Amino acid sequence: MAALTREEVEEIAYLARLALSAAEVERMREELSAILAHMDALAEVDTSGVAPMTHAVPMDLRLRPDEPQPSLPTEVALAGGPDPRDGSFQVPHIIKTASEP
Amino acid sequence: MSEVAWLSAAEQARKVRTREVSARELVHTYLDRIAALDGALGAYLLVDAEGALARADAVDAAIARGEDPGPLAGVPVAIKDVLVTEGMTTTAASRILAGWVPPYDGTAVARLRAAGAIVLGKLNCDEFAMGSSNENSAVKPCRNPWDLERVPGGSSGGSAAAVAAALCAASLGTDTGGSIRQPAALCGIVGVKPTYGRVSRWGAIAFASSLDQIGPMARTVEDAALLLETIAGVDPRDATSVDAPVPRYRDALGLGAAGLRIGVPREYFPDALDAEVRAAAERAIAALREAGARIVDVSLPHTRYALPTYYLLAPAEASSNLARYDGVRYGLREGGPAGKASLLDMYRQTRGAGFGAEVKRRIMIGTYALRAGYYDAYYKKAQQVRALIKRDFDEAFAAVDLVIAPTTPTPAFKLGEKSAPIDMYLADVFTLSCNLAGLPGVAVPAGLSSAGLPIGVQLLGRPLDEATALRAAAALERTVGLGRRPPHAP
Repeated sequence: MAALTREEVEEIAYLARLALSAAEVERMREELSAILAHMDALAEVDTSGVAPMTHAVPMDLRLRPDEPQPSLPTEVALAGGPDPRDGSFQVPHIIKTASEP
Repeated sequence: MSEVAWLSAAEQARKVRTREVSARELVHTYLDRIAALDGALGAYLLVDAEGALARADAVDAAIARGEDPGPLAGVPVAIKDVLVTEGMTTTAASRILAGWVPPYDGTAVARLRAAGAIVLGKLNCDEFAMGSSNENSAVKPCRNPWDLERVPGGSSGGSAAAVAAALCAASLGTDTGGSIRQPAALCGIVGVKPTYGRVSRWGAIAFASSLDQIGPMARTVEDAALLLETIAGVDPRDATSVDAPVPRYRDALGLGAAGLRIGVPREYFPDALDAEVRAAAERAIAALREAGARIVDVSLPHTRYALPTYYLLAPAEASSNLARYDGVRYGLREGGPAGKASLLDMYRQTRGAGFGAEVKRRIMIGTYALRAGYYDAYYKKAQQVRALIKRDFDEAFAAVDLVIAPTTPTPAFKLGEKSAPIDMYLADVFTLSCNLAGLPGVAVPAGLSSAGLPIGVQLLGRPLDEATALRAAAALERTVGLGRRPPHAP
């Protein structure tokens, strides 16, 4: 595995929705390259025919009866957010209306 | 200071129920100790004195009325800050959750309270449980009561330090790759990582969902068993919780080690192993043999791949789980709607400002490993090697009842000593396989180093067989236990 480039780090940061400073990008490039080099050891393991393990214990998808249960009142569920208003979480506009610049 | 603080949780509950000591007195004792000692240790992120005293009065009043508040009546406990607690600020030691007050109790906390336990407060940890030294806490470092220059381990460092210093009777931690057992070893206490699914994860702030487990941390094996039997068992709110009967773990503790077949995996005793850690493990093995156990050499050949496997899978799951911290539903927001930032900028700025360096690193590794085109080479490959690690244990457990190994490669290290991320990851090298294979693991003290630092061993059992691991741990507690208190906790 070759070392990561700055561009790759910036692209991964974009996918992860992380704003990184220029200094963080450079540090991340060095650290991730060093960490990923350790991961290359896995390539030497023969895993042909081995099913990927997704769960530590065998389990079936458990269904519960579809019955209404008590749940948190809306205002309580919203209270932990930074800007709860009018029964919802407020966020920046994602669709501009015709009257807006 | 008051001796009652050093009594076991089981003994405290007995005294509260017989009115030999009041719950209020117990809570006051710990509040006084926290006030006197925690400034130097940094184990607590929040102390709820008022709530704890109110709850203590309710327990005392119930007993005065002739009611039984439960097997943990009046026992003051404290909770790792990645477990949500109704009405008590819960931050996972992260800036991104600063000031967040959960509207409900997680299942394990609710079960402790239902058994009569009193929650004193919330305990320091590495941010989002990512770390091995508690140095990744965004709030403050935590120190080891055996040596204030040294780390308590992590990520449940506060949970270990608080129990070791008798700043609570017992605590809850979480263990994704060793985060209960490693700090338990470095602080000289008992820590249990239950079988995956044994304890409900409802209310545990998710890190790596296929690996995370909540478990008890305590000064005695009996207390760990008592807490585990209180919190374990199926929960309709966690579809991965296992629907199997929960034994009364305390019943097995007196049985001793006679007749047990205990495997010693050669891969956990490399030539480079710290000499004092090796000597302590060998003393523990000798003590078990002396107690009538049959010691068997076993091999777990994929052990060396546990580290790369874990540090791909856990960050991959974390990158997905931590996507929820986006400035919308919890805590911190940077930019919009009052500001001019777009939604995307708000996400990026909030997460850039709110997460610490290690959390960002793991989100980046995980995002990289899950990226289109890299999935098969990294994530899927790691899942396949995980299956081989599990298979190693299945084969070993055909011949033995338990596996014994050192819990950590060295005793507690100094704050600031491990600056490269990979050096810190190596502190977990002996604890990762247990999580990958989903097994129960019990860490128990096995003596002190020449510098007076605790050394631990861990007993790994078959899935759902916590009882046998606790039984052997109790045998070790009677023979190779520490026999003294930490110097920084009078």
